Amino acid sequence: MDHVELTEQQKKARRSRSVALAVVLACLVVLFYVVTIIKIGPGIFNRPL
Amino acid sequence: MAMINEHDALTAPAAAPILEGDAGDFFALLKPRVMSLVVFTALVGLMMAPGEIHPVLGFIAILLIAVGAGASGALNMWYDADIDLLMGRTSKRPVPAGRISAETTLAFGLFLSVFSVVTLGLVINWLSAGLLAFTIFFYAVVYTMWLKRWTPHNIVIGGAAGAFPPIIGWACVTNSISLESIALFAIIFLWTPAHFWALALFKAEDYGRAGIPMLPNVAGERATKIQIVLYSVLTAISGIVPTLMGFAGTTYGVVAAVLGVAFIWYSWQVWRMADGDKKMIPAKKLFGYSLIYLFGIFTALLVDALVAKFFGVVV
Repeated sequence: MDHVELTEQQKKARRSRSVALAVVLACLVVLFYVVTIIKIGPGIFNRPL
Repeated sequence: MAMINEHDALTAPAAAPILEGDAGDFFALLKPRVMSLVVFTALVGLMMAPGEIHPVLGFIAILLIAVGAGASGALNMWYDADIDLLMGRTSKRPVPAGRISAETTLAFGLFLSVFSVVTLGLVINWLSAGLLAFTIFFYAVVYTMWLKRWTPHNIVIGGAAGAFPPIIGWACVTNSISLESIALFAIIFLWTPAHFWALALFKAEDYGRAGIPMLPNVAGERATKIQIVLYSVLTAISGIVPTLMGFAGTTYGVVAAVLGVAFIWYSWQVWRMADGDKKMIPAKKLFGYSLIYLFGIFTALLVDALVAKFFGVVV
């Protein structure tokens, strides 16, 4: 197994993919949160503790 | 920062390809231009359907349909990388250009397929999820793997995949398939052959080099032009069906009729084009107009639905 040095272009592409993945994951968190609130509705706050 | 520098030196076999594709390349795998058509026609199906859907859930439904369409695009690019390389129009795509590996594209397409179908099922309903799954299967397997390289009727039958989005949008609201949503399906289904055969006429060399049996390469220019005129007439008739069935107004019907007559006229110009014409200007004009036609028809349907929904009048 050799160590492979990434070229500048490969580092730039990896950074672009990482940022896109982070944005998509953050959007998914918001999406599932919003869907949960809409599907369950205000009743989610009225459950016994 | 030291950690980042250590990550930059990956441990990998010397011959292993390292991804050079950026986020834009992954987005390109989703065929964004096709996706825009899917989003728009699904939105019209969703807006025209009788009943209510929470606006946020409606937005999420359209988003998931778009992701499913993108997934089928990625699967298509995975399978077709060999022939994409041979055609000028497609050789710069991320897989044939070597920026993203075929294996990565397959995994990307499969993951997005499963994600979009399961999430649509959980969030909206399982009928629309099933229809989305069928659409992805139809485009990636029936069209891409089977029909495309086998028969000159590839895009006639395969066109069904592109015609499903309004049915899915409709099913998101009603949890059913109705004659009205099938009428919307028919407009896109009958529009597809004339649209793609116009392209196939002026890209015949490309398709021939890749060995794809498009109609002009198999049956010749004359037979293709006749088929284009026939399908343009059928498309124009299907365009006014929503008014004849009573779920779109008269104003829409007039707009659809005018757009349809223009579609037939452009097809007629292609029919009149001399065989062996190198510039193929009428075919290029028909290809451009066919896109305007479809966006025009669905915009008119959307306006019709919005006026009926918010003002309670049918115009």
